Amino acid sequence: MSSEVVTLADEAVRLDMYRMMQEARLFERRAQDLFLEGLVKGTSHLALGQEAVAAGFAAALRTDDLVFCTYRGHVHTLLRGAPMGALMAELLGRATGICGGKGGSMHLTSVEHGAMGSYAIVGAHMPIAAGAAWAAQERETGQVVVCFFGDGTTNIGAFHEALNMAVVWKLPVVFVCENNLYMEYTPIGEVTAVEHPAADRASAYGLASIIVDGNDADAVHATALRVVDRARSGGGPSLVEAKTYRHGGHSRADPAKYRPEAEVKAWLARDPIPTYRERLLDDGVESATLDKIEGAALASVDRATEEAKAGPFPDASQLMTELWADGGSTWRN
Amino acid sequence: MAELTYREAVARGIAQEMERDPTVYFLGEDVAAAGGVFKTTEGLLERFGPRRVRDTPISEQAIIGAVMGAAMNGLRPIAEIMFSDFFAVCWDLIANQIAKARYMTNGQVALPLVIRTANGGGVRFGAQHSQSVESWAMAIPGLKVVVPSSPVDMVGLFAAAVRDPDPVIVVEPKVLYSTKGEVPDGEVVDRLGTARVVRAGEDVTICALGAMVPKAVAAADVLAGDGVSAEVIDVRSLVPLDVTTVLASVGRTSRFVTVEENPRLCGWGAEVASIVAEESFYSLDGPIIRVTTPHLPLPSADALEDLAIPSVERIVEGVRRAVH
Repeated sequence: MSSEVVTLADEAVRLDMYRMMQEARLFERRAQDLFLEGLVKGTSHLALGQEAVAAGFAAALRTDDLVFCTYRGHVHTLLRGAPMGALMAELLGRATGICGGKGGSMHLTSVEHGAMGSYAIVGAHMPIAAGAAWAAQERETGQVVVCFFGDGTTNIGAFHEALNMAVVWKLPVVFVCENNLYMEYTPIGEVTAVEHPAADRASAYGLASIIVDGNDADAVHATALRVVDRARSGGGPSLVEAKTYRHGGHSRADPAKYRPEAEVKAWLARDPIPTYRERLLDDGVESATLDKIEGAALASVDRATEEAKAGPFPDASQLMTELWADGGSTWRN
Repeated sequence: MAELTYREAVARGIAQEMERDPTVYFLGEDVAAAGGVFKTTEGLLERFGPRRVRDTPISEQAIIGAVMGAAMNGLRPIAEIMFSDFFAVCWDLIANQIAKARYMTNGQVALPLVIRTANGGGVRFGAQHSQSVESWAMAIPGLKVVVPSSPVDMVGLFAAAVRDPDPVIVVEPKVLYSTKGEVPDGEVVDRLGTARVVRAGEDVTICALGAMVPKAVAAADVLAGDGVSAEVIDVRSLVPLDVTTVLASVGRTSRFVTVEENPRLCGWGAEVASIVAEESFYSLDGPIIRVTTPHLPLPSADALEDLAIPSVERIVEGVRRAVH
């Protein structure tokens, strides 16, 4: 982990990160419950345990910055400010879903909030994020693009193509590897030539090796501020490896029995949310303040669930829409 | 009016759009300083500078990712994929990402971008630099696909592609790069989704695309000597597809032939033939005939490649079967 001294953000920012992590955690748990109830179809990839990475970065971004994430993207989309009810409705396949029911769990997107998509083919979004950063550079918008990806992505070609191009063109993009130790089912360490799958590759692209404790929101946030500022000020891209842990399996079909019990136990003891709560209390935050945040987060998730459940299913008129910019799907005259 | 080669028309088309719209950017492998491996983009770097005309690494995924991301954030970028065979190394970005982004997000993501590529055989490059991939692209919902067969169409259809709000694949038959044609002075803008009757006829309708268009016209000349009057339609645009022009022609001629450079299975002509069969069945007086490359990778030796790709003689023979 990074040995640098973390400069703590203002209390308001830290409380906001706590709020974000609470909302993220409760949203994901609710998504899991709704799956078990059979209300969510298909699959889902939860970010339970990885909330500090999302919150630490979300708190470091401007509203016009852009975020690209993977199929494990509920939380990143939510923390950009996308409406929770519409996200939940998308999981439930409702017309009121953020993508009208056409995207589903793996494709949550809210362009309005700079959540530029959840990409379900490993690695694809890295060059796309670089492209968005290229446009920001050319248009001189001052935007920074943040691209979250998993450890498994570090062994696919698009990762390397995107990093090389981003460095050569000095693009305002930050690539964030959420290293949760497992690709899907196989430990990343068993199939990777280096110990730190992202950070150890950084030098190949002339980048600094940056490793951060992904379960420590303060540490993530401090790193995020630094690399985002570097990108915004013309310093070019960064590659950050956040060490974290997936509390559950790869997807809802995976009970994650392949993980050693002691490993799970050790990481659960480092759960980013209770540990952050402890730290905030140690730093003098009133427990009532945190209780209030937790209560409000639960109320938000309850409200979003009710809103989502009340939404209508998409009807036949929606099937053939929005393939093309004219709103339709006609391919012939 | 100026006489241009097809390759000059590529640069003319790109320049026309870059001149008009400062958000149009162009990138690809060897496209800037070298002017393109087919010399189709000469002079663009000098005219528009290294920011808007950019050489990339040999990273097709990064190239296509770059134009997708840039299109999401305010540019109207053009990518060159040097040989269309290389679509296979960035097909994820084209087929899974670009084609699906708008639908999956219910219209939140707009992708006004163009991917242009040198396509097809006839130049003895062998199986990995000669494929006709227009049927691959056509098969993916969310991609528009045009294949200009002449310099004026290259400029006009390309302009339409750049101005279109959706992703468009512009397929350039590389064997046509040295061919010449008249291009009007000033701005040339065509329309996607429009076929063109390039030779009128009464006895049979021949639908051709790209490099097969001049061959179909040559075949029609031969057939005219035999008293067969063939109408040749340049399909030009696979998506959107101008079915109306084809059906109107078949309605008059009652015979139908496609000429396709692609390997036989699932070529674009199979789709057009099925439409004709389904919607114009009772106007047909004979079997629909498809003249295609056999279902093979293209061989390199000229003697073999010439046997594989539809020739004027094979088209004539196909038409004779159709009108028999």
